[in-house]
Amino acid sequence: MSTAILSVRNLTVSFDGFRAVDDLNLVVQRDELRCVIGPNGAGKTTLLDMVCGKTKPTRGSIVFKNLELNRMGEYEITRAGVGRKFQNPSVYEDLAVLENLEISYPEQRGVIGSLFFRRTAELRARIEDVAHQVYLADYLDIKAGLLSHGQKQWLEIGMLLMQEPELMLLDEPVAGMSPREREQTAELLKRIAPGRCVMVIEHDMAFVKMIAHKVTVLHQGRLLAEGSMDEIQKDERVIDVYLGH
Amino acid sequence: MNLDIAVMQVFSGISLFTILVLMSLGLAIIFGLMGVINMAHGELMALGAYVTYLTAYIFGKFMPSLMGVYLFFAIAFSFLVTFAFGWILERGFIRFLYNRPLDTMLATWGLSLVLQQTYRSVFGAQEVSVPMTSWLEGAWEPVTGIQLPLNRLFIVGLTIIVATLLYLALYKTRWGLKTRAVTQNRPMSGAAGINTDRVDAATFAVGSGLAGIAGSVFTMVGSTNPLTGQLYIVDSFIVVVFGGVQTLLGTFLSALVISQTQTTLEYILSGSMAKVTILLLVVAVLYFRPNGLFSSKIRQ
Amino acid sequence: MLRLGNKFGILSIIALAVLLLVVLPNVLDPFRLNLVSKYLVFAVVGVGIVLVWGYAGILSLGQGIFFGLGGYLMAMFLKLEASAPELPDFMIWSSTETLPWWWEPYHSLTFTALSILIVPSVLAFVLSYAIFRKRVSGVYFAIITLALALTMTVLLVGQQGYTGGANGITDFRTLAGMSIISEEGKRVLYFVQVLFLFAVMGIATAIVRSRVGKILIAIRDREDRVRFSGYDTALFKAFVFTVGALFASIGGALYSVQVGLITPTLVGAVASIELVIYVAVGGRMSIIGAVYGALLVGWSKSIISENFPTVWLFFIGGLFIVITMFLPFGLAGLFARFSGKPGNNVVKARAGEGVRSATGSVAAADGKGSAG
Repeated sequence: MSTAILSVRNLTVSFDGFRAVDDLNLVVQRDELRCVIGPNGAGKTTLLDMVCGKTKPTRGSIVFKNLELNRMGEYEITRAGVGRKFQNPSVYEDLAVLENLEISYPEQRGVIGSLFFRRTAELRARIEDVAHQVYLADYLDIKAGLLSHGQKQWLEIGMLLMQEPELMLLDEPVAGMSPREREQTAELLKRIAPGRCVMVIEHDMAFVKMIAHKVTVLHQGRLLAEGSMDEIQKDERVIDVYLGH
Repeated sequence: MNLDIAVMQVFSGISLFTILVLMSLGLAIIFGLMGVINMAHGELMALGAYVTYLTAYIFGKFMPSLMGVYLFFAIAFSFLVTFAFGWILERGFIRFLYNRPLDTMLATWGLSLVLQQTYRSVFGAQEVSVPMTSWLEGAWEPVTGIQLPLNRLFIVGLTIIVATLLYLALYKTRWGLKTRAVTQNRPMSGAAGINTDRVDAATFAVGSGLAGIAGSVFTMVGSTNPLTGQLYIVDSFIVVVFGGVQTLLGTFLSALVISQTQTTLEYILSGSMAKVTILLLVVAVLYFRPNGLFSSKIRQ
Repeated sequence: MLRLGNKFGILSIIALAVLLLVVLPNVLDPFRLNLVSKYLVFAVVGVGIVLVWGYAGILSLGQGIFFGLGGYLMAMFLKLEASAPELPDFMIWSSTETLPWWWEPYHSLTFTALSILIVPSVLAFVLSYAIFRKRVSGVYFAIITLALALTMTVLLVGQQGYTGGANGITDFRTLAGMSIISEEGKRVLYFVQVLFLFAVMGIATAIVRSRVGKILIAIRDREDRVRFSGYDTALFKAFVFTVGALFASIGGALYSVQVGLITPTLVGAVASIELVIYVAVGGRMSIIGAVYGALLVGWSKSIISENFPTVWLFFIGGLFIVITMFLPFGLAGLFARFSGKPGNNVVKARAGEGVRSATGSVAAADGKGSAG
């Protein structure tokens, strides 16, 4: 428990009576790469929405390193060390890759700080390093809007890396990617997981198998099963509900 | 203040209320369902008013014996003309700006200027008015001491009928269903075979038609000039923003609240301070309920 | 044009400086030079609008509020100077017995100058930050600014004893002793105005080229994402809105001095929205464009009003329609296209509006700041 970074307890959220997430309990440890799977509507994205502050839960608590995230605003949660990648690639299309990464640099994020922000050689080096990690080293000056779908996903992950989050929330990072790109992404995620906590929502079982330390299965907002990928694939309840294939 | 005066005070706010309701329902449909703000909505109302004036003029000139019923024709024509105009507007102009609500505001503002000048050039800058329909003169005295002008009663009745028809159309007909489907999920609706272009045009046209009826109603309480549209447009925006665009009922109630508050305040404070108070109240309410007073929490 | 530091940018600044400082003062007669002065005032406001609208995507239909604040505050000083030792004429006409206490400090030029800078800024910041924190933006915000402009007009007209009512405050003669109605005085004012214009352009450029400029663009295109990058977006929006208000206020003050009067008409909806067209024509993302836009539209207005007065509304209405439909980035955008520069509008249909969400609904663009 002492290395637990994220601790979710009795988390519930309802919209006009519909319970998207129902009394959920979840714990993720440091250095862990947790995959959250489940059929559509199981509440996976909603869970992430609540952790990163986009949606406010109706009940329950989300504790991240002793901070109760429930009561914090999005940018505060981000500054506390939580990074979120969205289902649809969410990058700044009109800005270059370099600028996208630069904006994500977690220093001087106030107005005054930003007015006097200087791009030092050190920062440039760091940007180049991150770009290299996400396979975009040659694309620094390209407008993000011109990247391919898969590259935009990588850019978004790169933006998260710049923030140096301790908890990374990735929503379908390989959606729309070719098999080769998926391999590269798996490599990337395995590389960055140590030292932080990564939570991934995915539908691609092969990908999940490549990266997951532990898998959580959600169904109708509730926890259905939890364990290693092998255990999950053999679990009757999961097969019933989900892993038809 | 005794009961008689109170009742009549409430009633005198009625004409403002009815015009506001018709205008804002039109605006709410267009904005709530399509996300488009039409700054020329007021000029559509003026169009309805001018059409009514023309109808009265033609009847007066060629069919004086029918003057007693010209009003019904006028209302119908106002609706039809503004409906058609709205349709053309949407197809020829508005639909190119759908992704850009702010630019739509600017473009329709430009349109409103063009229309104002057109009215000025065609009808002249001075005011025009319609003759009072004889059987609407006078008042109804249900109880001694309380006099309710007949033409105001007519307006209220008309507004209630129109609002009810609108509600029925939107929630009980196939057209209404299609419209609501398109606004909630355009691609799916298109994939399901709904002609989304047609729905857009029809929705905008209906909204415009409502403004036309509002204009017709207006002629019964005031005279028309090229700037008539500007009289109610900001108030209509306020009503829509204040009430939220979730439901037509919300718009209706919002119009009620705003018009009654306004007439009551005007009675107490001076005219200008009343307006200022209303506007500040609205901003304050919006601060606490950014989605409007009558909206419910929606899933983001 | 984001990059004003490159060769092209510097050239256009020099060209503008030459035009304003050398060409026009020597080519135009005093009457026309005064007109240019007036347009330059609107250019100052326009530069602010470029930041607020072009970069941050906030459409304010109420810049007249701050323009009017600056204008009236300056007017108070000028009027007191002109009527001393008596009360201002409109107060006498309205039977106001003594000078209201809040008029007293405006005997001092320093106080006046400070209040022109501070009052509108504080008002703008407090108001906008409160509203932006509630995630109200886009169309709703535009309507609120419109309503507030209207409110202010109503207040000004209604309080005739203090504000001069519908006629406004007029008849200024001197500014700290220097005549502002003589030809000489007006000529000096012209150059002072050019100075202010360049100062304001300089500040705007500095902001735009700093990280703040990029953040504003990011906010305009995907505000929620920026929050998830750890920024208090409401603060940034309030900041830029305040800068816009500040510039508008300075413009208003310059107007009072230059034109010799201030009226409620300049505060209302029509005037406020007209301020936007100058920027729309020049190019909403071009600081220099705002200046040329103001000059062009202003000049057109003068010509048309002189010769074909009824055409003006058709003209400006048509301008709004044509620009928004065909030239969303104004003349600067046109220029960029022809000179082969990639410009800022690589991705289609992104004229500073925000993104339609994946389901195709307009929820993301109706001003609620919701996620993509």
